[in-house]
Amino acid sequence: MNKWSDNRAWWLVLPVVLIVAFSAVIPLMTVVNYAFQDTFGNNEFYWAGIEWFQEVLRSDRFHGALGRQFLFSFIILSIEIPLGIAIALAMPKKGLWVPFCLILMALPLLIPWNVVGTIWQIFGRIDIGLLGAALDGLGIEYNYTQNTIDAWVTLIVMDVWHWTSLVVLLCYAGLQSIPDAYYQAARIDGASKWATFRFIQLPKMNRVLLIAVLLRFMDSFMIYTEPFVVTGGGPGNATTFLSIDLVQMAIGQFDLGPAAAMSLVYFLIILLFSWVFFTVMSYLDRAES
Amino acid sequence: MAKIELNGLAHSYMPHIQEPQDFALKELNHVWEDGGAYALLGPSGCGKTTLLNIISGLLKPTHGEILFDGEAVTNKATEDRNIAQVFQFPVVYDTMTVYDNLAFPLRNRGVSASEVDGRVREIAELLEMEDSLKRKASGLTADAKQKISLGRGLVRADVSAILFDEPLTVIDPHLKWQLRSQLKHLHKRFNYTMVYVTHDQTEALTFADKVVVMYDGAVVQMGTPEELFERPKHTFVGYFIGSPGMNVVPCHIDGKQAMVAGHAFAMEQGLSNIPAGASLEVGIRPEFLSLSREGSGPTVSIQKVEDLGRFKVASVRLEDHEFKVMVNEEDEVPTDGARLVVDPTHVNLYANSHLVEEA
Repeated sequence: MNKWSDNRAWWLVLPVVLIVAFSAVIPLMTVVNYAFQDTFGNNEFYWAGIEWFQEVLRSDRFHGALGRQFLFSFIILSIEIPLGIAIALAMPKKGLWVPFCLILMALPLLIPWNVVGTIWQIFGRIDIGLLGAALDGLGIEYNYTQNTIDAWVTLIVMDVWHWTSLVVLLCYAGLQSIPDAYYQAARIDGASKWATFRFIQLPKMNRVLLIAVLLRFMDSFMIYTEPFVVTGGGPGNATTFLSIDLVQMAIGQFDLGPAAAMSLVYFLIILLFSWVFFTVMSYLDRAES
Repeated sequence: MAKIELNGLAHSYMPHIQEPQDFALKELNHVWEDGGAYALLGPSGCGKTTLLNIISGLLKPTHGEILFDGEAVTNKATEDRNIAQVFQFPVVYDTMTVYDNLAFPLRNRGVSASEVDGRVREIAELLEMEDSLKRKASGLTADAKQKISLGRGLVRADVSAILFDEPLTVIDPHLKWQLRSQLKHLHKRFNYTMVYVTHDQTEALTFADKVVVMYDGAVVQMGTPEELFERPKHTFVGYFIGSPGMNVVPCHIDGKQAMVAGHAFAMEQGLSNIPAGASLEVGIRPEFLSLSREGSGPTVSIQKVEDLGRFKVASVRLEDHEFKVMVNEEDEVPTDGARLVVDPTHVNLYANSHLVEEA
């Protein structure tokens, strides 16, 4: 078949271009504007070059926040992914309990971020919170507003509580797509439970797992609301993650130049990781076929 | 290899059984000989997969027991029954190579590495897959995957039986024939007991020594392909086997003849043992009917003639009854004044759909 080109087709893309420009490109360019210039009000701008980038990238404050951010994402991923798989494996495959379990799993996902934060902020208080009071009653010293470890544990448990369901639901969908014949074949071949998991269930789940890892990485890397509500970044700056730090810099101190530069670096890091994940995913797809 | 005995086997999927119709598989007693190739043939929902699942141990029968070589296995789990099964859709372990797939059942049973290697190579040679041993199993074609499924059963030298659940469903037509003859070859060489479930009569008739025809949860006939063709024990077998199926028309008996719409059909068998009050039918295969201008047969009107290449199928009408008649390619179908000629040795009489046999 002969294909002919008609450049007028580009006009069909125009509405999308306009919407994306209005909602994404122009706001982003404003940030770029601030990142490379200095301003003292009155809409007067002075060229600053890469000064803000140098300042941000060399600052201990940024390194600290970045380190805490990676540590946080790493910890919650290494808890939520195995735990999610384990729960998905334990869930019933058919029967009356399936909808019950699914609804139970979906509940935490339906609660708004700031409400989750508030729930845990109160839950963990020693004076009126069930968790805090219970721990206190047992004689365990726990105070997330003053103790760094307690603050981290609280945030991690909260994130696990909030988001493990997502991993569970994705894995469960992956498991449900495995035909019964595979399990039957595994039994005939005398495969152990572990071998069945390793050679049937895990390979069939690997794509949903990559999506789960990607989503949980991006979300946890951008986490803001819950730690802001629970710890406000404290004690000190022990739980000041990148986005909390960024908001403090931009809105608290009004350092628009460094904040804009930091935004761009932050954006590029997420973009880089998403690209790596995408490449790995499509590589695995190719390897499989 | 093992002899399979089914003693009073019946199964219902319902928790509370009230009437015979609640049984997906009605009571059956059979002995399948060691080294035999059996095909379970029947339409969807006739109970053939239920029966296969009972043999493989996936289902526990409601009644009865199942024995492999005289040993009761009814309560044994699939993994302890020592069977192999090939499924409708290819089951391979995607992340493993062909070699590892074939070695998997042996490694799970703790067989030594050198013995595993020997068996795997032997089976790969048998299946003509030596060249792809190092390849990932996921990238292979459907027929190669089915061969791996089969191979995983064959590597265990001591399997009691190999079960096939419509294994050629997803295979290209030209490869179906090839795989089927490979199976037959394997059967001849190693004398495996094989049970093959299918709804395709060609597959069943070419694969099996004995075909077990199932209908509505019951085995209606077990026999060689020839028996099924010549002496169908139930009108269903007559319809289901053969293309086109058997002509079955209502009749009554008058002396030594079956009367169809006032015309006499000579018969040579089944007249001495007719149950009283049963509704009677005659069954004649299209292959044993012919058309002629001469003779004393009843005059019929030709409705249509389909040319199927090697032969033609004429649909003819006798009063209210339609018959299919097989006509050789070179023979002409008389357009007017055609008379129906019946081969009396191949006329079967059915009482309430069951063949009337000589006492």
